[in-house]
Amino acid sequence: MSGSGEKTLNLTLKVWRQKNGNTKGNLETHKVSGISTDMSFLEMFDVLNEKLINEGKEPIAFDHDCREGICGMCSMYINGRPHGPKQGVTTCQLHMRSFKDGDTITVEPWRSVAFPVIKDLAVDRSAFDRIIASGGFVSVNTGNAKDANNILIPKDDADDAFNAAACIGCGACVAACKNGSAMLFVSAKVSQLALLPQGLPEAKSRVLNMVGQMDEEGFGNCTNTGACEAECPKGISLENIARMNREYLKSSLTYVKK
Amino acid sequence: MSKENFSKSTIGKKIIMGLTGLFLISFLVIHVTLNSFIFFNDGGVSFNAGADFMAHNPIIRILEIGLFLGLLAHIYMALVLTLKNNKARPVKYAVTNGNANSKWYSRSMGILGSLLLLFLVVHLSNFWVPTKVAVFAHETHDTFAGMKEVFSKWYFVAIYMVGVISLCYHLLHGFKSAFQSLGINHKKYTPIIAFVGNAFSIVVCALFAAMPLTMFFGLIK
Ligand code: SF4
Ligand code: FES
Repeated sequence: MSGSGEKTLNLTLKVWRQKNGNTKGNLETHKVSGISTDMSFLEMFDVLNEKLINEGKEPIAFDHDCREGICGMCSMYINGRPHGPKQGVTTCQLHMRSFKDGDTITVEPWRSVAFPVIKDLAVDRSAFDRIIASGGFVSVNTGNAKDANNILIPKDDADDAFNAAACIGCGACVAACKNGSAMLFVSAKVSQLALLPQGLPEAKSRVLNMVGQMDEEGFGNCTNTGACEAECPKGISLENIARMNREYLKSSLTYVKK
Repeated sequence: MSKENFSKSTIGKKIIMGLTGLFLISFLVIHVTLNSFIFFNDGGVSFNAGADFMAHNPIIRILEIGLFLGLLAHIYMALVLTLKNNKARPVKYAVTNGNANSKWYSRSMGILGSLLLLFLVVHLSNFWVPTKVAVFAHETHDTFAGMKEVFSKWYFVAIYMVGVISLCYHLLHGFKSAFQSLGINHKKYTPIIAFVGNAFSIVVCALFAAMPLTMFFGLIK
Protein backbone atom coordinates (compact mmCIF):
# COMPACT_ATOMS: atom_id res chain seq x y z
CA MET A 1 0.00 0.00 0.00
CA SER A 2 0.79 3.63 -0.08
CA GLY A 3 3.26 5.90 -1.70
CA SER A 4 0.41 8.39 -1.95
CA GLY A 5 1.05 10.08 1.37
CA GLU A 6 -1.22 7.66 3.18
CA LYS A 7 -2.31 8.62 6.68
CA THR A 8 -4.55 6.92 9.13
CA LEU A 9 -7.70 8.26 10.75
CA ASN A 10 -9.61 7.62 13.95
CA LEU A 11 -13.29 8.26 13.43
CA THR A 12 -16.60 8.18 15.24
CA LEU A 13 -19.43 6.79 13.14
CA LYS A 14 -23.10 7.25 13.84
CA VAL A 15 -24.78 4.60 11.76
CA TRP A 16 -28.48 3.94 11.25
CA ARG A 17 -29.41 0.49 12.54
CA GLN A 18 -32.81 -0.97 11.75
CA LYS A 19 -33.68 -4.64 12.00
CA ASN A 20 -36.25 -4.62 9.19
CA GLY A 21 -39.00 -2.59 7.61
CA ASN A 22 -41.41 -3.23 10.46
CA THR A 23 -39.26 -2.03 13.32
CA LYS A 24 -38.09 1.42 14.25
CA GLY A 25 -34.42 2.19 13.83
CA ASN A 26 -31.91 4.37 15.62
CA LEU A 27 -28.43 5.79 15.22
CA GLU A 28 -25.72 3.64 16.78
CA THR A 29 -22.25 4.98 17.60
CA HIS A 30 -19.11 3.07 16.59
CA LYS A 31 -15.44 3.99 16.81
CA VAL A 32 -13.03 2.94 14.09
CA SER A 33 -9.29 3.48 14.24
CA GLY A 34 -6.32 3.17 11.92
CA ILE A 35 -8.42 3.84 8.82
CA SER A 36 -6.17 4.48 5.82
CA THR A 37 -6.90 7.62 3.84
CA ASP A 38 -6.49 5.46 0.71
CA MET A 39 -9.50 3.35 1.65
CA SER A 40 -12.88 3.89 0.07
CA PHE A 41 -15.83 4.67 2.30
CA LEU A 42 -17.17 1.16 1.78
CA GLU A 43 -13.81 -0.40 2.68
CA MET A 44 -13.98 1.53 5.92
CA PHE A 45 -17.35 -0.14 6.50
CA ASP A 46 -15.77 -3.53 5.70
CA VAL A 47 -13.22 -2.88 8.44
CA LEU A 48 -15.97 -1.93 10.88
CA ASN A 49 -18.05 -4.98 9.96
CA GLU A 50 -15.08 -7.31 10.43
CA LYS A 51 -14.60 -5.85 13.86
CA LEU A 52 -18.30 -6.30 14.67
CA ILE A 53 -18.22 -9.92 13.47
CA ASN A 54 -15.13 -10.64 15.58
CA GLU A 55 -16.94 -9.22 18.58
CA GLY A 56 -19.86 -11.55 17.86
CA LYS A 57 -22.12 -8.66 16.87
CA GLU A 58 -24.42 -8.21 13.88
CA PRO A 59 -22.58 -6.56 10.95
CA ILE A 60 -24.11 -3.46 9.34
CA ALA A 61 -26.11 -4.19 6.18
CA PHE A 62 -25.38 -1.91 3.23
CA ASP A 63 -25.81 -2.19 -0.53
CA HIS A 64 -22.87 -2.41 -2.92
CA ASP A 65 -21.86 -4.32 -6.00
CA CYS A 66 -19.41 -3.00 -8.58
CA ARG A 67 -17.50 -0.66 -6.26
CA GLU A 68 -16.41 1.38 -9.25
CA GLY A 69 -19.27 3.80 -9.65
CA ILE A 70 -21.22 2.08 -12.40
CA CYS A 71 -23.89 -0.13 -10.85
CA GLY A 72 -25.67 2.39 -8.62
CA MET A 73 -26.12 -0.02 -5.71
CA CYS A 74 -24.17 1.84 -3.02
CA SER A 75 -26.46 4.26 -1.25
CA MET A 76 -25.32 6.04 1.88
CA TYR A 77 -26.49 9.42 3.11
CA ILE A 78 -23.30 10.77 4.66
CA ASN A 79 -23.31 13.87 6.88
CA GLY A 80 -26.49 15.14 5.30
CA ARG A 81 -25.59 14.43 1.66
CA PRO A 82 -26.18 11.42 -0.57
CA HIS A 83 -22.87 9.77 -1.54
CA GLY A 84 -21.06 12.11 0.87
CA PRO A 85 -19.26 15.42 0.53
CA LYS A 86 -17.73 15.05 -2.95
CA GLN A 87 -19.53 16.01 -6.13
CA GLY A 88 -19.88 13.56 -9.02
CA VAL A 89 -18.97 10.40 -7.14
CA THR A 90 -20.82 7.44 -5.68
CA THR A 91 -20.23 6.24 -2.11
CA CYS A 92 -17.94 3.48 -3.37
CA GLN A 93 -15.75 6.08 -5.10
CA LEU A 94 -15.56 8.29 -2.03
CA HIS A 95 -12.20 8.04 -0.34
CA MET A 96 -11.38 8.47 3.31
CA ARG A 97 -8.96 11.27 2.42
CA SER A 98 -12.10 13.42 2.15
CA PHE A 99 -12.34 13.22 5.96
CA LYS A 100 -10.20 14.47 8.83
CA ASP A 101 -8.82 12.62 11.81
CA GLY A 102 -11.29 12.77 14.69
CA ASP A 103 -14.34 13.45 12.47
CA THR A 104 -17.78 12.28 13.46
CA ILE A 105 -19.64 10.92 10.43
CA THR A 106 -23.38 10.28 10.40
CA VAL A 107 -24.50 7.62 7.93
CA GLU A 108 -28.18 7.14 7.13
CA PRO A 109 -30.12 5.22 4.47
CA TRP A 110 -31.94 6.97 1.58
CA ARG A 111 -35.14 8.26 3.14
CA SER A 112 -38.24 7.99 0.99
CA VAL A 113 -41.64 6.42 1.45
CA ALA A 114 -41.02 4.67 -1.88
CA PHE A 115 -37.66 3.24 -0.69
CA PRO A 116 -38.55 1.22 2.42
CA VAL A 117 -35.63 0.18 4.59
CA ILE A 118 -34.80 -3.52 4.21
CA LYS A 119 -32.18 -3.51 6.92
CA ASP A 120 -29.83 -0.86 8.35
CA LEU A 121 -28.56 1.15 5.37
CA ALA A 122 -30.05 -1.04 2.64
CA VAL A 123 -33.28 0.20 1.07
CA ASP A 124 -35.62 -1.40 -1.46
CA ARG A 125 -35.41 0.59 -4.71
CA SER A 126 -37.70 -1.63 -6.78
CA ALA A 127 -40.01 1.37 -7.18
CA PHE A 128 -37.50 2.48 -9.84
CA ASP A 129 -37.80 -0.91 -11.58
CA ARG A 130 -41.58 -0.57 -11.69
CA ILE A 131 -41.26 2.91 -13.23
CA ILE A 132 -38.94 1.51 -15.91
CA ALA A 133 -41.29 -1.41 -16.55
CA SER A 134 -44.20 0.98 -17.03
CA GLY A 135 -42.64 2.62 -20.10
CA GLY A 136 -38.86 2.63 -20.30
CA PHE A 137 -38.63 0.39 -23.35
CA VAL A 138 -38.79 0.53 -27.15
CA SER A 139 -40.37 -1.84 -29.62
CA VAL A 140 -37.92 -3.64 -31.88
CA ASN A 141 -38.68 -5.56 -35.04
CA THR A 142 -37.71 -9.20 -35.12
CA GLY A 143 -35.39 -10.49 -37.81
CA ASN A 144 -31.87 -9.50 -38.65
CA ALA A 145 -30.23 -6.62 -36.85
CA LYS A 146 -30.49 -3.41 -38.89
CA ASP A 147 -27.43 -1.60 -40.10
CA ALA A 148 -26.43 0.78 -37.34
CA ASN A 149 -26.32 3.83 -39.59
CA ASN A 150 -29.71 3.27 -41.24
CA ILE A 151 -31.27 5.97 -39.11
CA LEU A 152 -29.32 9.18 -39.01
CA ILE A 153 -29.23 10.90 -35.63
CA PRO A 154 -27.81 14.40 -35.12
CA LYS A 155 -24.69 14.29 -32.99
CA ASP A 156 -26.13 16.72 -30.41
CA ASP A 157 -29.22 14.55 -29.91
CA ALA A 158 -27.11 11.44 -29.62
CA ASP A 159 -24.92 13.17 -27.03
CA ASP A 160 -27.89 14.38 -24.98
CA ALA A 161 -29.47 10.92 -25.09
CA PHE A 162 -26.19 9.35 -24.07
CA ASN A 163 -25.73 11.78 -21.18
CA ALA A 164 -29.25 11.00 -19.96
CA ALA A 165 -28.55 7.28 -20.28
CA ALA A 166 -25.58 7.69 -17.93
CA CYS A 167 -28.05 7.55 -15.01
CA ILE A 168 -27.23 4.49 -12.90
CA GLY A 169 -30.52 4.49 -10.99
CA CYS A 170 -28.84 4.98 -7.62
CA GLY A 171 -31.63 7.12 -6.17
CA ALA A 172 -29.38 9.86 -4.79
CA CYS A 173 -31.64 12.40 -6.48
CA VAL A 174 -34.59 11.20 -4.40
CA ALA A 175 -32.46 11.11 -1.27
CA ALA A 176 -31.16 14.64 -1.82
CA CYS A 177 -34.50 16.24 -2.68
CA LYS A 178 -36.31 17.92 0.18
CA ASN A 179 -39.53 16.68 -1.44
CA GLY A 180 -38.31 13.14 -2.06
CA SER A 181 -38.98 13.65 -5.77
CA ALA A 182 -37.80 11.15 -8.37
CA MET A 183 -38.08 13.58 -11.27
CA LEU A 184 -34.38 13.56 -12.18
CA PHE A 185 -34.29 9.79 -12.49
CA VAL A 186 -37.57 9.50 -14.38
CA SER A 187 -36.70 12.40 -16.66
CA ALA A 188 -33.35 10.82 -17.53
CA LYS A 189 -35.12 7.59 -18.46
CA VAL A 190 -37.78 9.43 -20.48
CA SER A 191 -35.18 11.62 -22.20
CA GLN A 192 -32.79 8.91 -23.29
CA LEU A 193 -35.60 7.45 -25.42
CA ALA A 194 -37.52 10.63 -26.31
CA LEU A 195 -34.41 12.09 -27.95
CA LEU A 196 -33.95 9.22 -30.37
CA PRO A 197 -36.09 8.21 -33.37
CA GLN A 198 -36.27 4.66 -32.00
CA GLY A 199 -38.15 6.02 -29.00
CA LEU A 200 -40.81 7.89 -30.95
CA PRO A 201 -43.48 5.20 -31.46
CA GLU A 202 -44.18 4.93 -27.72
CA ALA A 203 -43.22 8.50 -26.82
CA LYS A 204 -46.66 9.69 -25.74
CA SER A 205 -47.77 6.72 -23.68
CA ARG A 206 -44.29 6.32 -22.21
CA VAL A 207 -44.12 9.65 -20.44
CA LEU A 208 -47.72 9.40 -19.20
CA ASN A 209 -47.23 5.90 -17.86
CA MET A 210 -43.88 6.55 -16.25
CA VAL A 211 -45.06 9.75 -14.54
CA GLY A 212 -48.24 7.95 -13.45
CA GLN A 213 -46.20 5.14 -11.93
CA MET A 214 -43.84 7.65 -10.29
CA ASP A 215 -46.80 9.34 -8.60
CA GLU A 216 -48.30 6.03 -7.56
CA GLU A 217 -45.09 5.02 -5.82
CA GLY A 218 -45.46 8.05 -3.56
CA PHE A 219 -42.49 10.17 -4.65
CA GLY A 220 -42.86 13.91 -3.99
CA ASN A 221 -43.11 16.82 -6.43
CA CYS A 222 -40.26 18.71 -7.99
CA THR A 223 -39.92 22.29 -6.75
CA ASN A 224 -36.87 22.98 -8.91
CA THR A 225 -34.40 23.43 -6.05
CA GLY A 226 -31.72 21.73 -8.14
CA ALA A 227 -30.47 19.60 -5.22
CA CYS A 228 -30.78 16.43 -7.34
CA GLU A 229 -28.57 17.75 -10.13
CA ALA A 230 -25.98 18.96 -7.62
CA GLU A 231 -25.81 15.57 -5.90
CA CYS A 232 -26.19 13.22 -8.88
CA PRO A 233 -22.99 11.17 -9.25
CA LYS A 234 -23.49 11.09 -13.03
CA GLY A 235 -24.18 14.79 -13.55
CA ILE A 236 -27.69 14.27 -14.96
CA SER A 237 -28.96 17.72 -15.97
CA LEU A 238 -32.14 19.53 -14.94
CA GLU A 239 -32.70 20.04 -18.66
CA ASN A 240 -34.04 16.50 -18.64
CA ILE A 241 -36.74 17.46 -16.13
CA ALA A 242 -37.83 20.35 -18.35
CA ARG A 243 -37.87 17.97 -21.32
CA MET A 244 -40.07 15.55 -19.40
CA ASN A 245 -42.42 18.38 -18.38
CA ARG A 246 -42.65 19.32 -22.07
CA GLU A 247 -43.22 15.74 -23.16
CA TYR A 248 -45.81 15.33 -20.46
CA LEU A 249 -47.72 18.48 -21.39
CA LYS A 250 -47.67 17.56 -25.08
CA SER A 251 -48.77 13.99 -24.50
CA SER A 252 -51.49 14.70 -21.97
CA LEU A 253 -53.03 17.19 -24.38
CA THR A 254 -53.01 14.91 -27.41
CA TYR A 255 -52.80 11.28 -26.33
CA VAL A 256 -55.91 9.20 -27.00
CA LYS A 257 -55.98 5.79 -25.38
CA LYS A 258 -56.91 3.06 -27.84
CA MET B 1 -56.62 5.40 -10.96
CA SER B 2 -56.07 6.50 -14.49
CA LYS B 3 -52.44 7.15 -15.18
CA GLU B 4 -53.24 9.79 -17.77
CA ASN B 5 -54.91 12.34 -15.54
CA PHE B 6 -53.39 15.76 -15.98
CA SER B 7 -54.71 17.56 -12.93
CA LYS B 8 -54.09 14.56 -10.67
CA SER B 9 -50.49 14.16 -11.76
CA THR B 10 -47.68 15.95 -9.98
CA ILE B 11 -46.42 17.45 -13.23
CA GLY B 12 -49.88 18.73 -14.16
CA LYS B 13 -50.12 20.47 -10.80
CA LYS B 14 -46.67 21.94 -11.22
CA ILE B 15 -47.63 23.31 -14.62
CA ILE B 16 -50.65 25.00 -13.03
CA MET B 17 -48.35 26.39 -10.30
CA GLY B 18 -46.06 27.84 -12.97
CA LEU B 19 -48.85 29.33 -15.08
CA THR B 20 -50.64 30.95 -12.15
CA GLY B 21 -47.28 32.17 -10.81
CA LEU B 22 -46.46 33.89 -14.09
CA PHE B 23 -49.95 35.36 -14.18
CA LEU B 24 -49.46 36.82 -10.70
CA ILE B 25 -46.09 38.17 -11.82
CA SER B 26 -47.77 39.99 -14.71
CA PHE B 27 -50.03 41.67 -12.18
CA LEU B 28 -46.98 42.84 -10.23
CA VAL B 29 -45.73 44.65 -13.33
CA ILE B 30 -48.91 46.72 -13.47
CA HIS B 31 -49.02 47.23 -9.71
CA VAL B 32 -45.45 48.46 -9.40
CA THR B 33 -45.72 50.69 -12.47
CA LEU B 34 -48.84 52.40 -11.25
CA ASN B 35 -47.61 52.83 -7.70
CA SER B 36 -44.36 54.32 -8.96
CA PHE B 37 -46.45 57.37 -9.99
CA ILE B 38 -46.01 58.51 -6.39
CA PHE B 39 -42.36 59.19 -7.21
CA PHE B 40 -43.47 62.10 -9.44
CA ASN B 41 -43.91 63.76 -6.06
CA ASP B 42 -46.86 65.81 -7.32
CA GLY B 43 -48.95 65.44 -4.20
CA GLY B 44 -50.44 62.22 -5.51
CA VAL B 45 -52.27 63.78 -8.48
CA SER B 46 -51.05 61.35 -11.16
CA PHE B 47 -51.10 58.43 -8.73
CA ASN B 48 -54.71 59.05 -7.70
CA ALA B 49 -55.74 59.42 -11.34
CA GLY B 50 -54.24 56.00 -12.05
CA ALA B 51 -55.78 54.45 -8.96
CA ASP B 52 -59.17 55.87 -9.87
CA PHE B 53 -58.93 54.42 -13.38
CA MET B 54 -58.07 51.01 -11.92
CA ALA B 55 -60.94 51.16 -9.45
CA HIS B 56 -63.60 51.89 -12.07
CA ASN B 57 -62.49 50.39 -15.39
CA PRO B 58 -64.72 47.36 -16.13
CA ILE B 59 -61.93 45.38 -17.84
CA ILE B 60 -59.73 45.82 -14.78
CA ARG B 61 -62.65 44.67 -12.61
CA ILE B 62 -62.91 41.42 -14.60
CA LEU B 63 -59.14 40.94 -14.47
CA GLU B 64 -59.32 41.45 -10.72
CA ILE B 65 -61.63 38.45 -10.38
CA GLY B 66 -59.21 36.44 -12.51
CA LEU B 67 -56.41 37.59 -10.27
CA PHE B 68 -58.10 36.31 -7.15
CA LEU B 69 -58.92 33.00 -8.85
CA GLY B 70 -55.29 32.69 -9.97
CA LEU B 71 -54.10 33.40 -6.46
CA LEU B 72 -56.49 30.83 -5.00
CA ALA B 73 -55.39 28.20 -7.53
CA HIS B 74 -51.74 28.95 -6.75
CA ILE B 75 -52.34 28.56 -3.02
CA TYR B 76 -54.51 25.47 -3.39
CA MET B 77 -51.99 23.67 -5.60
CA ALA B 78 -49.18 24.64 -3.23
CA LEU B 79 -51.06 23.08 -0.33
CA VAL B 80 -51.82 19.86 -2.21
CA LEU B 81 -48.23 19.54 -3.43
CA THR B 82 -46.75 20.29 -0.01
CA LEU B 83 -48.94 17.70 1.68
CA LYS B 84 -47.84 15.06 -0.83
CA ASN B 85 -44.21 16.07 -0.38
CA ASN B 86 -44.45 15.71 3.38
CA LYS B 87 -45.77 12.19 2.94
CA ALA B 88 -42.92 11.32 0.58
CA ARG B 89 -40.45 11.25 3.49
CA PRO B 90 -42.16 9.98 6.63
CA VAL B 91 -38.88 9.31 8.49
CA LYS B 92 -36.74 12.44 8.45
CA TYR B 93 -32.96 12.58 8.25
CA ALA B 94 -31.03 13.10 11.49
CA VAL B 95 -28.49 15.29 9.67
CA THR B 96 -29.14 17.36 6.55
CA ASN B 97 -26.95 19.79 4.65
CA GLY B 98 -29.25 21.48 2.18
CA ASN B 99 -26.96 24.46 1.65
CA ALA B 100 -24.44 22.15 0.01
CA ASN B 101 -26.73 21.55 -2.94
CA SER B 102 -29.37 24.29 -3.19
CA LYS B 103 -30.31 27.84 -2.24
CA TRP B 104 -32.17 28.32 1.04
CA TYR B 105 -34.96 30.32 -0.58
CA SER B 106 -35.59 27.65 -3.21
CA ARG B 107 -36.25 25.26 -0.33
CA SER B 108 -38.41 27.79 1.56
CA MET B 109 -41.08 28.69 -0.99
CA GLY B 110 -43.84 27.47 1.33
CA ILE B 111 -42.71 29.62 4.23
CA LEU B 112 -42.09 32.63 1.99
CA GLY B 113 -45.49 32.13 0.36
CA SER B 114 -47.20 31.91 3.76
CA LEU B 115 -45.51 35.13 4.87
CA LEU B 116 -46.74 36.73 1.65
CA LEU B 117 -50.27 35.55 2.32
CA LEU B 118 -50.22 37.03 5.83
CA PHE B 119 -48.82 40.23 4.40
CA LEU B 120 -51.54 40.25 1.78
CA VAL B 121 -54.25 40.19 4.47
CA VAL B 122 -52.76 43.33 6.04
CA HIS B 123 -52.15 44.90 2.64
CA LEU B 124 -55.68 44.34 1.36
CA SER B 125 -57.26 45.65 4.55
CA ASN B 126 -55.02 48.74 4.27
CA PHE B 127 -55.86 49.63 0.69
CA TRP B 128 -58.14 47.30 -1.20
CA VAL B 129 -60.99 47.28 1.33
CA PRO B 130 -61.18 51.10 1.76
CA THR B 131 -61.13 51.53 -2.05
CA LYS B 132 -63.98 49.03 -2.47
CA VAL B 133 -66.02 50.69 0.26
CA ALA B 134 -65.61 54.05 -1.48
CA VAL B 135 -66.54 52.62 -4.90
CA PHE B 136 -69.73 51.09 -3.53
CA ALA B 137 -70.61 54.32 -1.73
CA HIS B 138 -69.96 56.24 -5.00
CA GLU B 139 -67.45 58.42 -3.24
CA THR B 140 -64.05 59.43 -4.55
CA HIS B 141 -61.29 57.83 -2.58
CA ASP B 142 -57.95 59.53 -1.96
CA THR B 143 -55.70 56.48 -2.10
CA PHE B 144 -52.61 58.64 -1.91
CA ALA B 145 -53.74 60.12 1.40
CA GLY B 146 -54.49 56.59 2.60
CA MET B 147 -50.96 55.55 1.68
CA LYS B 148 -49.40 58.44 3.58
CA GLU B 149 -51.57 57.64 6.57
CA VAL B 150 -50.59 53.94 6.64
CA PHE B 151 -46.91 54.62 6.03
CA SER B 152 -46.71 57.18 8.80
CA LYS B 153 -46.81 54.27 11.26
CA TRP B 154 -43.52 52.50 11.83
CA TYR B 155 -45.13 49.09 12.43
CA PHE B 156 -46.85 49.13 9.05
CA VAL B 157 -43.55 50.10 7.42
CA ALA B 158 -41.92 47.15 9.22
CA ILE B 159 -44.64 44.74 8.08
CA TYR B 160 -44.29 45.99 4.50
CA MET B 161 -40.53 45.46 4.61
CA VAL B 162 -41.02 41.84 5.69
CA GLY B 163 -43.61 41.44 2.92
CA VAL B 164 -41.34 42.92 0.25
CA ILE B 165 -38.32 40.86 1.28
CA SER B 166 -40.43 37.67 1.24
CA LEU B 167 -41.69 38.65 -2.20
CA CYS B 168 -38.15 39.24 -3.45
CA TYR B 169 -36.92 35.77 -2.45
CA HIS B 170 -40.16 34.12 -3.56
CA LEU B 171 -39.68 35.70 -6.99
CA LEU B 172 -35.95 34.96 -7.19
CA HIS B 173 -36.79 31.28 -7.21
CA GLY B 174 -40.33 31.40 -8.56
CA PHE B 175 -39.67 33.33 -11.76
CA LYS B 176 -37.07 30.87 -13.10
CA SER B 177 -38.82 27.89 -11.58
CA ALA B 178 -42.08 28.62 -13.43
CA PHE B 179 -40.30 28.36 -16.79
CA GLN B 180 -38.65 25.10 -15.80
CA SER B 181 -42.02 23.63 -14.72
CA LEU B 182 -43.50 24.63 -18.06
CA GLY B 183 -40.70 22.75 -19.77
CA ILE B 184 -38.90 25.84 -21.00
CA ASN B 185 -35.21 25.12 -20.54
CA HIS B 186 -32.86 25.87 -23.38
CA LYS B 187 -29.13 26.45 -23.52
CA LYS B 188 -29.70 29.74 -25.31
CA TYR B 189 -32.65 31.13 -23.36
CA THR B 190 -32.36 29.80 -19.81
CA PRO B 191 -29.46 32.13 -18.91
CA ILE B 192 -31.54 35.05 -20.25
CA ILE B 193 -34.59 33.94 -18.24
CA ALA B 194 -32.43 33.64 -15.13
CA PHE B 195 -30.98 37.12 -15.65
CA VAL B 196 -34.36 38.72 -16.32
CA GLY B 197 -35.86 36.89 -13.33
CA ASN B 198 -33.17 38.08 -10.96
CA ALA B 199 -33.27 41.65 -12.26
CA PHE B 200 -37.07 41.70 -12.13
CA SER B 201 -37.18 40.41 -8.54
CA ILE B 202 -34.67 42.94 -7.31
CA VAL B 203 -35.97 45.99 -9.22
CA VAL B 204 -39.65 45.37 -8.43
CA CYS B 205 -38.99 44.75 -4.75
CA ALA B 206 -36.64 47.73 -4.45
CA LEU B 207 -39.35 49.96 -5.91
CA PHE B 208 -42.01 48.51 -3.60
CA ALA B 209 -39.71 48.92 -0.61
CA ALA B 210 -38.98 52.52 -1.53
CA MET B 211 -42.69 53.45 -1.30
CA PRO B 212 -43.26 53.03 2.45
CA LEU B 213 -39.72 54.19 3.24
CA THR B 214 -39.86 57.46 1.25
CA MET B 215 -43.27 58.25 2.71
CA PHE B 216 -42.25 57.43 6.25
CA PHE B 217 -39.21 59.69 6.01
CA GLY B 218 -41.26 62.46 4.45
CA LEU B 219 -39.53 62.45 1.06
CA ILE B 220 -42.85 62.12 -0.77
CA LYS B 221 -45.19 64.97 0.06
S1 SF4 C 1 -30.42 10.77 -11.90
FE1 SF4 C 1 -28.38 10.68 -10.91
S2 SF4 C 1 -28.87 10.58 -8.72
FE2 SF4 C 1 -30.76 10.06 -9.79
S3 SF4 C 1 -30.77 7.84 -9.97
FE3 SF4 C 1 -29.81 8.62 -11.85
S4 SF4 C 1 -27.63 8.64 -11.40
FE4 SF4 C 1 -28.64 8.45 -9.41
S1 FES D 1 -21.11 -0.09 -5.68
FE1 FES D 1 -21.59 0.14 -7.79
S2 FES D 1 -21.81 2.27 -7.96
FE2 FES D 1 -21.11 2.07 -5.91
